[in-house]
Amino acid sequence: MDLSFNIQGGDFTSAGTASSQVRRTLKELGVDASVIKRVVVALYEAEVNIVAHAYKGEIVAQISPERVFLKLTDEGPGIPDIEKAMTPGYSTASQEVREMGFGAGMGLPNICKNADVFNLHSVPNKGTTVEITIQIS
Amino acid sequence: MTVKEMAQTLGLTIFTGEEGLEKEIEGGYTSDLLSDVMGYADAGYVWITLQTHKNVMAVASLKELAAVILVKGFAPDEDTAELARQEQISILGTTEQAFELSGRLYRLLHP
Repeated sequence: MDLSFNIQGGDFTSAGTASSQVRRTLKELGVDASVIKRVVVALYEAEVNIVAHAYKGEIVAQISPERVFLKLTDEGPGIPDIEKAMTPGYSTASQEVREMGFGAGMGLPNICKNADVFNLHSVPNKGTTVEITIQIS
Repeated sequence: MTVKEMAQTLGLTIFTGEEGLEKEIEGGYTSDLLSDVMGYADAGYVWITLQTHKNVMAVASLKELAAVILVKGFAPDEDTAELARQEQISILGTTEQAFELSGRLYRLLHP
């Protein structure tokens, strides 16, 4: 099953909508709760990253009996130094975003912690692609 | 212990989400960083925070938290309260600071 969502950069009022719908679908499919928890954390962080950093993006969630595959593609500033971005506590989020309690530099580490496979590809001034795989069985 | 029993014992204001008051409490987490809660809180936890915007309820719902307690006299934003009603998760409040309320809740859950 494929689900796809369009994400608008800066639209914090809708942040989490995709994660919420993917969660609902996985529940309906009877996927194990521990798997759903990991998908939700990883997807929410990646979704918020698009909202907080990019201009716009697309999320595709492919659900099969074996795995959940999430692909998030955005048009945005990209990540010039991925190693730095992966460092817990490092963030380039704006002051406004930080005051909301985002931008603590925990997003990518949270994704890493919950994904079985995590690929990050970024071109500065163009955009970022994130691929997350979480095994079901 | 249910959210309702906790609210009564700790003298908390009930802002919204009356439907969520019968939820069982499994633990607590105190943080104002959403990713921190996302990564480390667990289902059935009570979240103590001073953040009042709508994303708090998105996180609370995704993590299946039992309730949210706003400290220092903060009240939920209107769209936050609306989402809490939809998700049937109570938002409670106190004039106390996070440190004090966390201490009292901890003692209540670990007597």
